[in-house]
Amino acid sequence: MIELAEKDKSIAQMLLNFGACPRCIFRFCRVELQALYRRPYKELLCELHTFLQSNNNESPCEMAQPPCKRIRLESTKEDTEEQTPNGSHQPTNAEKDGAAEENLRPAVCNVCLGILQELCETDFVKAVCQKINSSEYQFSSFVFSVSFPPQLSVREHAAWLLVKEEMRKQDLLVEKDDLVQLKEAYKWIIHPLFLEELGVPADGKSLFEVSVVFAHPETDEDCHFLAVACRSCFKPAKNKQSVFTRMAVVKALELIDDDDFHKNFQCPPSSPKTPCTAVDIQCTNGAIFVAGRYNKYSRTLPQTPWIIDGERKMESSVEELISEHLMATFKADSFNFSSSGREDVDVRTLGNGRPFAIELVNPRRVHLAADEMKALQQTINNSSDKVQVRDLQIVTREAIGHMKEGEEGKTKSYSALIWTEKEIQKEDIAILDSMKELKLDQKTPLRVLHRRPLAVRVRVIHTMHSEYIDEHHFRLHLKTQAGTYIKEFVHGDFGRTKPNMGSLLGMTADILELDVESVDVDWPPALDNE
Amino acid sequence: MAEDGSERPAVMATVPGVTERYFTRWYKPDAKGNPCEDHCILQHSNRICVITLADAHPLLQKGKAIERISYQISANCSRLQNKVSGKSKRGAQFLTELAPLCRIFCSDGEEYTIYSCIRGRLIEVNESILDNPSLLQQKPYSEGYIAVVLPKFEESKSVTQGLLTRKEYEEVLSKRFNCTL
Repeated sequence: MIELAEKDKSIAQMLLNFGACPRCIFRFCRVELQALYRRPYKELLCELHTFLQSNNNESPCEMAQPPCKRIRLESTKEDTEEQTPNGSHQPTNAEKDGAAEENLRPAVCNVCLGILQELCETDFVKAVCQKINSSEYQFSSFVFSVSFPPQLSVREHAAWLLVKEEMRKQDLLVEKDDLVQLKEAYKWIIHPLFLEELGVPADGKSLFEVSVVFAHPETDEDCHFLAVACRSCFKPAKNKQSVFTRMAVVKALELIDDDDFHKNFQCPPSSPKTPCTAVDIQCTNGAIFVAGRYNKYSRTLPQTPWIIDGERKMESSVEELISEHLMATFKADSFNFSSSGREDVDVRTLGNGRPFAIELVNPRRVHLAADEMKALQQTINNSSDKVQVRDLQIVTREAIGHMKEGEEGKTKSYSALIWTEKEIQKEDIAILDSMKELKLDQKTPLRVLHRRPLAVRVRVIHTMHSEYIDEHHFRLHLKTQAGTYIKEFVHGDFGRTKPNMGSLLGMTADILELDVESVDVDWPPALDNE
Repeated sequence: MAEDGSERPAVMATVPGVTERYFTRWYKPDAKGNPCEDHCILQHSNRICVITLADAHPLLQKGKAIERISYQISANCSRLQNKVSGKSKRGAQFLTELAPLCRIFCSDGEEYTIYSCIRGRLIEVNESILDNPSLLQQKPYSEGYIAVVLPKFEESKSVTQGLLTRKEYEEVLSKRFNCTL
């Protein structure tokens, strides 16, 4: 049966008169038996009436009458004129006669505005699932989030004040928080239905979120009086469409005293003509992260799209050459590229490559088997000879930190082709090889000074190794602290990096080519199936 | 990656210096109406400008010896006190076209004032030339620069409007040469 105790009877009756649905009545009577809420609405309604009339020697019909009248009104036509009390009805007939009830569409609950009525039933869930299934999402569980219109809290409060009064008479100590929250009851009912339709369980930690936003325009103005009564709760903000957010309304309801509330809000409120409607149903999958290392073999390819004043300076970029394939495979909405440092457009990245990670936002696909991942890597590598990737793998959000940790403090190796103004012999450049832990004072290079603060930074060149080419050229292999500007070290940047190649050799020097030979960050882990 | 042998000679054949690679040269002849006191403004594609002397400036002519350079341009304004902070370079002295940057005193008693020539924030002055004034004459377009100025973003195109391109400047120089003949 319906788990209401005898002591709940008066409260249940009051709520029924208020225009509450059976499930809202259970909530206010603190019934926590989930299975009860899941039972069919009509059964609950029927049993509720039976309960209220049982053993009741104090004119049950009279008490049960108003809600039944409402049911009848709904079933014929939504005629609010017929509000005069009509003692001639025999509600018991309607309740006992199941066939008659088939035709009755219950009145919209005056508390939940239909949320615990048709909006938690199979047809609604099916409609939501249709939307989910048509969107190609891959998921193994779901988290359901729901947003109710803020005025629901006002009606909840009105019903609560009524119940509170009655409870005080019975010397019951009950707080508003002790009631079963609407959202909680809603999820009790709707989760099993989703499980049935989707075949996967609800899980609060799931990365797949189904969110439904309900609105009820008919009663939007219900909460407007609060703006006058509790002005401080409703401060306009730029990014808010309306000051009547759910949080603000809840806050105002905590502050407003009961008399003020009653003065401003008709209790019971007028019956709604229609239930809430789902104005927005959205699915989102939590972002996934794909990491790897890339080589860049072109001197005309920027790392990220190079766009100045809306005008593209160079076709394509490392970021785009990799991401376009990931986007196609994972069917994501957007992506964010990050990497362990960056290289200039005219610098190649050789060796084991540079670690990178790409966040895929709201991907439809979230799992990829190892061989599929390898195939995806192959697709990227086959599409361009400018960029090649290795160790492509799905990683966690937390692991991305390893890549960024490597930016400071780690070492990088470079190879530079250097031109000298004066003729050189092998001996002239040999001094470079003997320099260890050479400290540089680097002023922010002119080429980035427009977007970075002016500062003098100390950077260390750990080792240098020179290879003589001819009278004006040699190749220099350098191992340096991360963050060293190599080009500026070679040409001196108007004397703003000291010492520089020119000052070390006593002649003007310039850099013709630069390659990154290694980025010494041991993340992401190497995959042995390469 | 194996070294691409065919690429190297091509690269080495043309060796434009740093200044040529990244900067556009603009000229201001006869700065503030002083004959032959030509200035050069190197503008980077990122709108940063480096103020330098131009070829025909008297200071770069044979036999000039610089005695002293001073960034103290008036009793209570020294360019050495310029301090900038943050990405937006707060606190920079703002310069107009005719704002003096420094004064250069020669051993022959001549004195020259170097002007900003463009509107913008003063980012830094070259302190190396204080200790080593000869840098100014040996490497006027690199280590011997005078100052770095950052024009306003919205003025980055218009600041150079009153200046001459390299070609126009060469025409000015040849006219000047013909007149003195």
